[in-house]
Amino acid sequence: MTLLSIEGLGICFGGIKAVHDVSFAASPGEVVSVIGPNGAGKTTLFNMISGVYRPGSGRVVLNGEDVTAMSPHLLARRGMCRTFQNLQVFQTMTVLENVIAGFHLQESGDVLSDLLNLPAARRRAKDAEAGARELLRRLGLERAAEREAGSLSYGSLKRLEIARAMALKPKVLLLDEPAAGCNAVETEEIDHLIAEIAASGVAVLLVEHDMKLVMRISSHIVVLDHGEKVAEGDPATVSRNPAVIAAYLGADDAAR
Amino acid sequence: MRLTPKSATLLILVALIALAPVFFPSGFYYRVGALVFVNALAVTGIVILTGWAGQISLGHAGFAGIGAYACALAPVHWGIHPALSVLLGAAASAVLAWLVGRPILRLKGYYLAVASLGMGILISMVLNNERALTRGPDGIGVPELGLRAVLKDAGLGLSNGQFWYFLCGIALVVGAWAALNLRDSATGRALRALHGSEVAARTVGMDVARLKLQAFVISAVYASVSGSLLALQNRFITPDVAGFLHSVEMVTMAVLGGVGSVAGGIFGAAVLTLLPQVLTVLAEYEQLVLGAVMVLVMIFLREGIVPSMLRKGRRREE
Ligand SMILES: Nc1ncnc2c1ncn2[C@@H]1O[C@H](COP(=O)(O)OP(=O)(O)OP(=O)(O)O)[C@@H](O)[C@H]1O
Ligand SMILES: [Mg+2]
Repeated sequence: MTLLSIEGLGICFGGIKAVHDVSFAASPGEVVSVIGPNGAGKTTLFNMISGVYRPGSGRVVLNGEDVTAMSPHLLARRGMCRTFQNLQVFQTMTVLENVIAGFHLQESGDVLSDLLNLPAARRRAKDAEAGARELLRRLGLERAAEREAGSLSYGSLKRLEIARAMALKPKVLLLDEPAAGCNAVETEEIDHLIAEIAASGVAVLLVEHDMKLVMRISSHIVVLDHGEKVAEGDPATVSRNPAVIAAYLGADDAAR
Repeated sequence: MRLTPKSATLLILVALIALAPVFFPSGFYYRVGALVFVNALAVTGIVILTGWAGQISLGHAGFAGIGAYACALAPVHWGIHPALSVLLGAAASAVLAWLVGRPILRLKGYYLAVASLGMGILISMVLNNERALTRGPDGIGVPELGLRAVLKDAGLGLSNGQFWYFLCGIALVVGAWAALNLRDSATGRALRALHGSEVAARTVGMDVARLKLQAFVISAVYASVSGSLLALQNRFITPDVAGFLHSVEMVTMAVLGGVGSVAGGIFGAAVLTLLPQVLTVLAEYEQLVLGAVMVLVMIFLREGIVPSMLRKGRRREE
């Protein structure tokens, strides 16, 4: 059962094809990884899927609906959320507030009750806070809850973004290099977390340079090079593919 | 029980308003106090718009003008009670803010600053030139609110200065309370979030254009009520209330005190309202000192006086 399907997606920047004719699909519970060397177009692909960039060609179909170039806030309502390679946290807000922001769709009501602090607004805020604290606990960030987000370490900020995205209870979750800058222990934790999220029925799209992590966790791998899909398949197939070894894994990885 | 920042701010504000008169050497200071509160109310709206939502308006005095002239004109022309005219002005300001903001706030960038600047100039031109209605640049009289007489009959006799001091003080407390409520609500959090990262705000489902518009409309209502209170207590108003200088003054007060916090905005309004009164002894150097104070604050206390001081205090605690 396909939940998300990417059909011939492409985009040009000043005449250069950053991504060209990329197609693949993802089903609930799957981890689909997109790998490729620096500048291959992975983040650009994510930006198109998540509505941040308008694709030059192709379609994004979510749950049978054409959602190509749909604004991210509408995609969020349809169950898509993402994290960012170049961290996009709300720096001046507390860690807790950052995660509560992820509950926005559940929490927001009319402005008037917010201004007057009516019981309905208080109840919504309280529920969101409880949910956020639970997520912080799961991500091991509960002790930093009241700290300003900008003061956190890089690895913690990565997890904070995941917590915020999980708050939406997405059906499709796009993670752009969640383990970058994390130490071995943190990477292990993120590994477990992604497996857990996928097991709960979420379709996870993952961009990650840590090949061990990718090979261990992916159900399907899409390999990009110079904006084009050069290979795809399950981890075993992809790691044997000569084009992949040449383009990405490199001689030393292939020798292992 | 530990006080939340919200209750602490409100408690300090109420205490200051209630206790300040003890130190007033003359009745004149009630008037200055009321002026501080009226300015602080408008600045609180700027804190919501600029401090939280990150949007800059250079025409907010236009809304103060609408609020002020609603109180001057509606009672005379349509027989609407001055108190209801305050609401009428607020509603008119909200509608205008919505109409101006809706097309503009969908665009990314500093368009709101330019559009609001144009809007402010237009309003001020209308007030200056529609002499038949507004009597032009010389200004127009404003009817008596009438509440003081009611209070007197009820046994609460206040001088005119005292009455306006406490009425504007109450208005400020209510305005600050609502703003502080908003800050920690879903809407306020979303405004601060989109200021931090618009793209992240959108991916968590925030309708960024709609949220900015809400902030613009709310801040317009604050400015409008501030203008109404100014007109009603002065019993007279000129188009200067809607002028560009007044718009700039609002933003300056907010930035000086700390545009990210309600307390900061109020403090900035107090400083920039009181400083000129104190500096009159310096005669021609007044503007010079005022300018120097502003430059120094921006160099050494970049977040504004109150947030910078709080941060320093917290660091010392740690
Ligand atoms: N907004 C943009 N304008 C112009 N060029 C862009 C833009 N975004 C991406 N590119 C270009 O598109 C290409 C793909 O970049 P992208 O960031 O998608 O690569 P990536 O696979 O995510 O790389 P990395 O592994 O380093 O994150 C690069 O050549 C990049 O310079
Ligand atoms: Mg990238």
